[in-house]
Amino acid sequence: MEREVQRVRQAFLSGRSRPLRFRLQQLEALRRMVQEREKDILAAIRSDLCKSEFNAYSQEVITVLGEIDFMLENLPEWVAAKPVKKNLLTMLDEAYLQPQPLGVVLIIGAWNYPFVLTIQPLIGAIAAGNAVIIKPSELSENTATILAKLLPQYLDQDLYIVINGGVEETTELLKQRFDHILYTGNTAVGKIVMEAAAKHLTPVTLELGGKSPCYIDKDCDLDIVCRRITWGKYMNCGQTCIAPDYILCEASLQNQIVQKIKETVKEFYGENVKESPDYERIINLRHFKRILSLLEGQKIAFGGETDEATRYIAPTVLTDVDPKTKVMQEEIFGPVLPIVPVKNVDEAINFINEREKPLALYVFSHNNKLIKRMIDETSSGGVTGNDVIMHFMLNSFPFGGVGSSGMGAYHGKHSFDTFSHQRPCLLKSLKREGANKLRYPPNSQSKVDWGKFFLLKRFNKQKLGLLFLTFLGIVAAVLVKAEYY
Amino acid sequence: MSEKGGGSAVKDPGAEPTLGTSWVPHPSQSRTDPFEDTLRRLREAFHSGCTRPAEFRAEQLQALGRFLQENKQLLHDALAQDLHKSAFDSDISELIICQNEINLALQNLQAWMKDEPGSTNWFTKLDSAFIRKEPFGLVLIIAPWNYPVNLTLVPLVGALAAGNCVVLKPSEISRGTEKVLAEVLPKYLDQRCFAMVLGGPEETGQLLEHKFDYIFFTGSPRVGKIVMTAATKHLTPVTLELGGKNPCYVDDDCDPQIVANRVAWFRYFNAGQTCVAPDYLLCSPEMQERLLPALQSTITRFYGDDPQSSPNLGRIINQKHFQRLRALLGCGRVAIGGQSDERDRYIAPTVLVDVQETEPVMQEEIFGPILPIMNVRGLDEAIEFINRREKPLALYAFSNSSQVVNQMLEQTSSGSFVGNDGFIHMTLSSLPFGGVGHSGMGRYHGKFTFDTFSHHRACLLCPAGLEKLNNIRYPPYSDRVQQLVHWVLGSQSCTIL
Repeated sequence: MEREVQRVRQAFLSGRSRPLRFRLQQLEALRRMVQEREKDILAAIRSDLCKSEFNAYSQEVITVLGEIDFMLENLPEWVAAKPVKKNLLTMLDEAYLQPQPLGVVLIIGAWNYPFVLTIQPLIGAIAAGNAVIIKPSELSENTATILAKLLPQYLDQDLYIVINGGVEETTELLKQRFDHILYTGNTAVGKIVMEAAAKHLTPVTLELGGKSPCYIDKDCDLDIVCRRITWGKYMNCGQTCIAPDYILCEASLQNQIVQKIKETVKEFYGENVKESPDYERIINLRHFKRILSLLEGQKIAFGGETDEATRYIAPTVLTDVDPKTKVMQEEIFGPVLPIVPVKNVDEAINFINEREKPLALYVFSHNNKLIKRMIDETSSGGVTGNDVIMHFMLNSFPFGGVGSSGMGAYHGKHSFDTFSHQRPCLLKSLKREGANKLRYPPNSQSKVDWGKFFLLKRFNKQKLGLLFLTFLGIVAAVLVKAEYY
Repeated sequence: MSEKGGGSAVKDPGAEPTLGTSWVPHPSQSRTDPFEDTLRRLREAFHSGCTRPAEFRAEQLQALGRFLQENKQLLHDALAQDLHKSAFDSDISELIICQNEINLALQNLQAWMKDEPGSTNWFTKLDSAFIRKEPFGLVLIIAPWNYPVNLTLVPLVGALAAGNCVVLKPSEISRGTEKVLAEVLPKYLDQRCFAMVLGGPEETGQLLEHKFDYIFFTGSPRVGKIVMTAATKHLTPVTLELGGKNPCYVDDDCDPQIVANRVAWFRYFNAGQTCVAPDYLLCSPEMQERLLPALQSTITRFYGDDPQSSPNLGRIINQKHFQRLRALLGCGRVAIGGQSDERDRYIAPTVLVDVQETEPVMQEEIFGPILPIMNVRGLDEAIEFINRREKPLALYAFSNSSQVVNQMLEQTSSGSFVGNDGFIHMTLSSLPFGGVGHSGMGRYHGKFTFDTFSHHRACLLCPAGLEKLNNIRYPPYSDRVQQLVHWVLGSQSCTIL
């Protein structure tokens, strides 16, 4: 393990991952890989999650292609130095921010969207000029295998490597030193990753989870609301970190919601959901049993059918759920949707705030004031109003959690920034030493006054002010030269 | 109000009782959880929303400004007591900088707080997309002793501007400043949302067991690891402003006197106790020959023939660091200075030559008025020397040739980089300040502090109607739909996504 990481580090130190041209080439190669080997990739995802090829394509591959294109288009601009505003003291100097790669980045992927959640961070890390070690989730075995097979065929084999394995291998890997670690997964392991990172003072991005609440107001079109929620909740059989985890609404709405979701499920997946090619399965037996245990003692309004042999759990809705029960204690990550009745939006807001900050928050209402209030008075990684999931789609948006739902963010430029060090640079000349005499001891009160002047006055855009300050600056420089030189 | 035990808590028996509302654990008090009440109070205040309105935040910042203005003499005296800092040095490196940050925050608060619009794409053109800056909640700021006003208050400015409740833990080592901060600062800030905690490593350790929503730490890498490990327990994000050995490369192509002026000023300022001070010099033996007399001339001009009597030279903060630095004087050979006085915690501005890389002075961050010169045969060797070591907080390169400066910049990494000067970049609040690798993570100053203490929340508001547009995303996916999606979003412009 140590040898592998060393090899990647040596490759980074050679400097070849840095030039823009190289980064673009690697991203283009990645693009070719996704296009040429689409069938293999979709087949792997299908075996892992019983996902139809169309779903795998539209949920994972499209996002990856979109991200690569976005990078290719914008990278030349992002790698350039950015000048910053200067003050009087530095007005004749060059001051800018220069993005630089961090070094060796470790990406630990997740199993629920095994392709995109591993490759999208990889895209950002490559774009920022780093070397990368990818550790796909062992739970999505087939995708892990295909990545290990395909990546070396298209990308630089020393700079970007795949290391596969289980808990033991990951623990060994985490003992090594990296320059950034991006982990997608659950809170418990997130802590293990951060603790390992602390030993080397490695910065981390943790994309975790939580229970994403979904508040449905009285004042909304329930038909539309339920369609959108059904889509987002049962996508990937509920195994989505930003799926609406549970619903909060007034008790009087419950029956209607149940009815409309039931109708929508039938529309989406047919009479016999088990036979729909668009409905996935639970990743493994352990999670299957875990989700099953959440149903104990609950009022199943519809759904609840399961089949252990195929790890099938039907789209399920629970009503009148007691917040103290198990289903409300952990992130469900399955096709079970509890409805917790609340009296009004005040109670909903309190309910949400009493709990850990979620990765996503959803609110459905025609009343914009209510939506605004929900946003103002709660916190979460992100928010979508009147829909679910969609804020994930914008690559101009940072995607990340807060509190126990995570730290840091990525997607698009935010990936580039996460995996770069934005290094402030100030370049002066060795001339004009006279002006520096102001700061050298021995000191005097007049120096203090001049010091204040130069440090407190700012370059503002008003022309008059600027002219005046420039004039004063020249006067000061002349005076200083005359007095101290 | 003071917490447990009624009446004001005291730091040591026999010392002056602390006034104001800063909390200090009494040695005789129960150590079960001395901070719980304070933290709960602050959390409740945060949940009440009182720190959110711009007016409240501006008031706090203005009050902080008044604290600086009305207690200038007190602060000058404290800094003189702690570090033998002259009024000039205190002004330019501490008070003025804090004032600047407060002014900047007050001027820009509304702009910084505003939602940032996000650009929408094909699918979301009809929506409203913005990034909301939210306070994290309860933040902890742990400050160091070397610039005890600056490095305590500048992070505080950003934390308050961002709408957080703050627990401030100033360094117990800079006692004079700690006293002023503990006794006077709480009178200016709203006690619902601000608390000061005093104490040493033990109290800090206890404090760190609690949950914070953000921790901002300035100090050594060793303690940085402890802080980050503690933060792991509650998945608390951190900014760590650490340190390291900041290299200073001096090319053959420069005027040694000018270089000597600039390097000496930044090295010996605050008696070398600056995280961004040039820690050691890298130059050719020929350059060293020219630099030594130049450095001597500079030091004499700055501090006189007897630097110990100069009002412009600081002192070492305490005995422990004094002893540590005095031991370093034995490394290599003293070319300039080398004198020390234990009673005064005085160490002369010193230059060491003939130093081996393995000697202690090249193994730890010096943090004192000692400048070792290491010889290298040119830029490439200097770059190789630097890259063998941990990434420093700052990197300096002196040369008339911009090519040399740029090569150094491109082939190394560091928190920040300055060509042809010392840490003058610290005065520019448009440049972020922070480390990389062992020198730290995260950054602040100016708007960057506000951003550090804010959660950037992505918000997308979709239209409640227009459901027809969504139909394409719902199953079942007929062949026709599949083909359509493939064609529209397939191999070409995925940037519409």
